[in-house]
Amino acid sequence: MNNPNKKRLRRTMMFLNAQKPGLIKDPYIYKPDSIMLDLEDAVAENQKDAARFSLYHALKTINYRGCERVVRINGLDSPYWKEDIRCSVAGGCDSIRIPKTESAQDVQLVEREIAFAEKEFGRPEGSVLIMAAVESARGVMKALDICESSERLFGIALSGGDYTKDLQTHITGTGIELMGARQNLVIAARAAGVQCFDTVYTDLDNMEGFRQDVETIHLMGFDGKSIINPRQINIVHDIYTPKQKDIIFAEKVVREIDEKKAQGIGVFTVDGKMIDIAFYDGAKRTIALAKASGVYKGDL
Amino acid sequence: MDIARPAIAGTLESSDCQVTVEKGEGKVDFSLESSVINQYGNQIRKVALETLENLGVKDVKLTIVDKGALDCTIKARIEAAVYRSVLQTEHLPWGGAIR
Amino acid sequence: MINAVGRDIPEEILKATGKEVFQGNHHFDGHVFQRHGANTRCVINSNGSKVVDSIHDVLVKCGIKDGMTVSFHHHFREGDYVVNMVMREIHEMGIKDITICASSLGKAQDELVEYIEDGTITNIQSSGVRGKIGEAISNGKLQGLAIMRSHGGRVRALVTGETKIDIAFIGTPTCDEYGNCRGIGGKSDCGVLSYAMADADYADHVVAITDCMVPFPNFPAHISMTNVDYVVEVDAIGDPNKIATGAAKPTTDMRKLMMADYCTQFVVNTPYFKDGFSYQTGVGGASIASTISLAKVMKERGIRMRFGVGGLTKPMCQLLIDGQVDALLDTQDFDLAAVESVKDLHHYRISAGEYANPFNKGAVVNKLDFVILAALEVDVHFNCNVVVDSNGMITGAQGGHPDTAAGAKCAIVIAPLLQGRTPAICTDVTTVTTPGESVDVVITDYGIAINPRRKDLIEAMKDVDLPFTTIEHLRDIAYEIAGEPQKVEFGDRVVGIIEGRDGTIMDVVRQIKPFEFTEE
Repeated sequence: MNNPNKKRLRRTMMFLNAQKPGLIKDPYIYKPDSIMLDLEDAVAENQKDAARFSLYHALKTINYRGCERVVRINGLDSPYWKEDIRCSVAGGCDSIRIPKTESAQDVQLVEREIAFAEKEFGRPEGSVLIMAAVESARGVMKALDICESSERLFGIALSGGDYTKDLQTHITGTGIELMGARQNLVIAARAAGVQCFDTVYTDLDNMEGFRQDVETIHLMGFDGKSIINPRQINIVHDIYTPKQKDIIFAEKVVREIDEKKAQGIGVFTVDGKMIDIAFYDGAKRTIALAKASGVYKGDL
Repeated sequence: MDIARPAIAGTLESSDCQVTVEKGEGKVDFSLESSVINQYGNQIRKVALETLENLGVKDVKLTIVDKGALDCTIKARIEAAVYRSVLQTEHLPWGGAIR
Repeated sequence: MINAVGRDIPEEILKATGKEVFQGNHHFDGHVFQRHGANTRCVINSNGSKVVDSIHDVLVKCGIKDGMTVSFHHHFREGDYVVNMVMREIHEMGIKDITICASSLGKAQDELVEYIEDGTITNIQSSGVRGKIGEAISNGKLQGLAIMRSHGGRVRALVTGETKIDIAFIGTPTCDEYGNCRGIGGKSDCGVLSYAMADADYADHVVAITDCMVPFPNFPAHISMTNVDYVVEVDAIGDPNKIATGAAKPTTDMRKLMMADYCTQFVVNTPYFKDGFSYQTGVGGASIASTISLAKVMKERGIRMRFGVGGLTKPMCQLLIDGQVDALLDTQDFDLAAVESVKDLHHYRISAGEYANPFNKGAVVNKLDFVILAALEVDVHFNCNVVVDSNGMITGAQGGHPDTAAGAKCAIVIAPLLQGRTPAICTDVTTVTTPGESVDVVITDYGIAINPRRKDLIEAMKDVDLPFTTIEHLRDIAYEIAGEPQKVEFGDRVVGIIEGRDGTIMDVVRQIKPFEFTEE
């Protein structure tokens, strides 16, 4: 089970209420990396059934033009999640997002249902990936377990609203209340070799605050951010686009290492900086990101 | 499938449609009000009748108030209303009768 | 007969109107004609006042009778009381067979439908008709033909005498007893009276209607006493809240912002974007957003606009405040910021004729570099429709669309690919209002198409990073998403004509036919 999509680029994941035809018909025009069709919080309790039909046909019919299609299912404590998975898998979703994940077992429960559904609806085993959203203090403390819980799991995400309530504080806009969780999650994700995504920023009137928030999580090492409005996309992509000097440097590093490796040299300098093999992966990542952002036209 | 009780699904928001199903009089009775009826009236009827046929609903009064919904939304709202009328929310035939 | 935009104009309509079919934008370039002159009743005495007590009395003085043509302007937009006030009186006097020649008609005049139904009003000439009058015309209730004219085309019709106005009613925010009218001051400030100026010049009788009398001389007058026969004071000429609204909050709709950004990127990459360029834009969310983002680029690059034109809104007036434009040429003020801006020395009022009349010795639109427009539909021939909706109902107005598109060096139309389910980019527009030869670029949320005639623009955009595609491809995407729309079925009767700005027939509008499912 080695799904190449596990490592795909996921700078932006845009939440969309799966029950709203006007929202789900063409979000791809804004070019988010992933869309997250929500069956959970955005959908009223008495519309949970209707939302599934809407989701199913959207997945079946609408050409999302390369955007990853993640479905956020209802919580494992709800009566809905199993049918949510059947519907999503049958519709052809790429991934399932589990809300309120607190343990490796949570992920494994979902994994089992996904496997059943893949079989039932004739999809290749392992074609549907998982991401786990952590929304509680317990979830944060179990982050490494969760990250290592399943072959299907491509990443974890912080859900700040519920998490800060659990912590007995609230979203302040400064990020102070999220510091520990963010740090913990990103370290756990890196330790397990999966991706890590930051929580939404809900104040749409404060685009400057949003930009600062994204700058912060970018430097912390997050792979991307959940977003709630297409206006937020360009800002995230802009911040995640490697700067020209970094691209040039990365290019030199890759070429140099490829060359020197052949000659058996381990340590050398590029632009006066001491370089060894440990720089290789990072440089490759910079090139890949630059390509995805459309700013690299080189041949690496 | 038989319509057990009247049921509604969908909204009157732009790009959506509101679908009502009620017990019929032995046949499919279709009525449509649409903001795009001149351009898509026949298409909407075709999709609606196909959806009912896939579900095996032969006796129904189907009313659609459409606000420019795409075919996939029209199907989804009809199916949602039909399954609501029989109170079924699990073990749904995705990819079977629902397609 | 098939015209230059491929529309078949029925012979009986050509015969009934005495008009020619549209033969291309420049068919009448260099044409020579004699201007029409109005009957003028001289006022030589020194009695001093032209004030008449009531609308009724003034109608009597002007000799109102069956079959006359009366005219109105639309500067009060949805807040207008004048049209209804006058028509109500004409109706009560039992007059029939009136032709209304208005610069535009809208929802504020919904009550006229009753007078259309009872034969008080039998002909309408207007830029277009929104609201219930449009529905009435589309349903075949108007006895005569509705004529839809652009703002420039309307002045042409008056100048050539094709339309002779018997009585012009000019609602004016302030007026003195001798008939000097100004668009500013008073309770119903609308800034300018551009659309009424031709009426004052070419109508046999001119009546000023105001709710704010000021002492003589109300100078500088926007419409001079030299053209005004009578003045009537009434309680209210309009609802100020609906005449000029507060400035619209800039849109936060990403779809519009995205199209606005495409538009700005396009504009700044054309050869026309250089110091001293000229620009006009509309009042849609995307148009306004593109003005705002263009202002930013102008500042960054140190480029000034020589003049801005049009129906004005706050972002255009802000350019003047910020010193980014030398002059604004104003025909209409959509918000209070624009009304306020009229007081600026470099904010000039122009008449609808100066603005757009093709039968002038030149109009402002001919000097435009850019115009940013909207459209209900654009087809693969770049023809635009701004009057008839996709169900065949008359629902909009030509305004200055065909005038500015024809005049500007670069006419850009912004339209979301789909309006709900309805494709805005289609194979053939329901009705042609602006010919494709005038339209250079179409910007949608799904991509940008340059008119293949504009090889120079295509060349200029060669290395520009924008989502360029073909108009056919945009149409194909729209049809792929929404399904190919069925052609709207019309009845046989022609209820209106879309007049080209030069007075030829661009297209006809037929009576609506109730939808019926095809049998299976």
